[in-house]
Amino acid sequence: MKSATSRYLLLSTAVVGSLSLFALKNEYKIVADADNAGLKLPAGFGALKVADTGTRARHITVTPQGTIFVKLNRPTKEGQGILQLREGGTGKATVVAGFGNYGGTGIYSTKDYLYASSDEEVFRYKLNAKGEVTNPTQPEKVITGLLNRQQHESKSITLDQAGNIYVNVGAYANSCQVKDRQKGSMGRPNCPILDSAGGIWQFRADKLNQTYGDGTRYATGLRNVVGLDWNAQSNQLFVMQHGRDQLHDNFPELYDSKESAELPAECLYALNKGDNAGWPYTYFDPAKNKIMVSPEYGGDGKKVSTGSYLAPAMAYPAHTAPNALLFYTGTMFPEKYRNGAFIAFHGSWNRAPEPQKGYYVVFQPFKNGKPAGPYEVFADNFAGTPEKANAGRPDHKPCGLAQGTDGSLYVTDDKQGSIYRIVYAKK
Amino acid sequence: MFVLGALVWAAMPAAAQKKPVAKAKPAAKPAAAGIPAASLALGKTLYAQNCLSCHQADGGGVDRMNAPLTQTTWVLGDKTPLVKVLLNGMQGVEIDGERYANVMPAFDYLTDQQIADVLTYVRNSFGNKATAVKAAEVKVVRAANKK
Ligand code: HEC
Repeated sequence: MKSATSRYLLLSTAVVGSLSLFALKNEYKIVADADNAGLKLPAGFGALKVADTGTRARHITVTPQGTIFVKLNRPTKEGQGILQLREGGTGKATVVAGFGNYGGTGIYSTKDYLYASSDEEVFRYKLNAKGEVTNPTQPEKVITGLLNRQQHESKSITLDQAGNIYVNVGAYANSCQVKDRQKGSMGRPNCPILDSAGGIWQFRADKLNQTYGDGTRYATGLRNVVGLDWNAQSNQLFVMQHGRDQLHDNFPELYDSKESAELPAECLYALNKGDNAGWPYTYFDPAKNKIMVSPEYGGDGKKVSTGSYLAPAMAYPAHTAPNALLFYTGTMFPEKYRNGAFIAFHGSWNRAPEPQKGYYVVFQPFKNGKPAGPYEVFADNFAGTPEKANAGRPDHKPCGLAQGTDGSLYVTDDKQGSIYRIVYAKK
Repeated sequence: MFVLGALVWAAMPAAAQKKPVAKAKPAAKPAAAGIPAASLALGKTLYAQNCLSCHQADGGGVDRMNAPLTQTTWVLGDKTPLVKVLLNGMQGVEIDGERYANVMPAFDYLTDQQIADVLTYVRNSFGNKATAVKAAEVKVVRAANKK
């Protein structure tokens, strides 16, 4: 913490006491916290805690007018499932409104509408010229009747530039076994879950009361996607899959607990309509760089899949739970970040008894709309200490990402409800 | 509002969490009055093999995914519903005011003795203190559980 502060002081352009000032357009000064809100960041970056909401803050969006909306996993005691925040002069924000008495994950805004999801439905609220919701109790229901069987229940959402909305419907199982997560239980033939879950569904963003029948199963064979975003450069949907769990628990004769901790990779997929990423029949082995047959479907840890499944665009450490994906289009950060992806890794539990991993935000460089080169851990130490990360007992768990109007990066934490903002000190 | 057990355990170093029973007296002595040491030792192994990946080394579970086994009404309460959790699995049940998204599979393939041992271990680890579960008790619950 101390070294982070002193390093920061060296690099910052303006220093007042122990605080660094970011001068933006003169009239607005964002002040990074002296300890960068406890985060470890690359040189030149600073962070502040925008707010401590004490809620389960899932995804976050910032409207073009600068209003911050946060979707909560479950509503507050006052029945508020969406929080609206307004920033003061230094970047610290206060909750100015709350509405939407439903829990959920997804939230997304355009100039005109705020979209938010429960675990079964997607709503939208009209935004006024100031980016505020004016009819908080009368949202329009865009999509209804999506499957929620508790497991992988989040309905994450994003929009493309052609008026379509994409919704993840997670598979309500680990690997489509006859008996979910039970040792030795084999896979159900022609996995029936895939009819209505385990994929991304496409709907119209401006049509109301749509159900499965009105939408299209845009991509299938995706176990659970929490982070997804539209890449405007390649005009393509990218998603982060949560890979399957428990290879060792359920097939101890095929995988030891060390292998199980590293298998399978968490994968980034570049989707086209009709793609099949292979769940539950396959999983991706990052060391072999191969799509493997799942043990529930006749695999033995060595059998490579011969099916025609979509290969991942990039792979990340197993079980680290990518909960948000964001393509960075701002100009505040240095050139290399432009059009690259930030990914918030919520952190693992299924690496035990090996140390847990994650609880960080990664940067994935992109070139011409494709991942280019290795990722780097961008914002680390949400856990508080390496020991807390290893033990799977982090202080904070990064869950949502949003780009501010000035190009800063917002990160939510659904453990304590902290909202972070990462800024770059322009030289 | 948050899982209390998790917060308490978060303050402890990782190494300490790996051996929750280490705090109890040396191996020769029973950990608590009336708790058979052999059952505890076998239960610990069974826990590591079958339960640890979800409920974690410290028994604290995983936020909103896997329920904690620390001071819950299920762990410390009546043994019949507790044994049934292992025989039938569990999903979508609110536990002490919190919901968990993951699935607890059935462990009906474990023997009566194994279920007794692992539950005896759980009921006397992670800060829990409760009477031992006996194989004969599991047998009775299993017989009544059959449809
Ligand atoms: C795949 C993950 C998983 C495994 C493996 C697992 N559990 Fe669970 N367990 C859960 C979940 C999830 C719940 C909560 C289910 C609910 O809320 O309906 C739970 C609930 C329980 C409960 C009752 C609620 C409470 O927290 O007191 C007990 C007792 C329990 N598990 C014991 C065990 C034992 C003992 C084992 C090993 C033999 C085991 N579990 C293995 C996931 C798991």
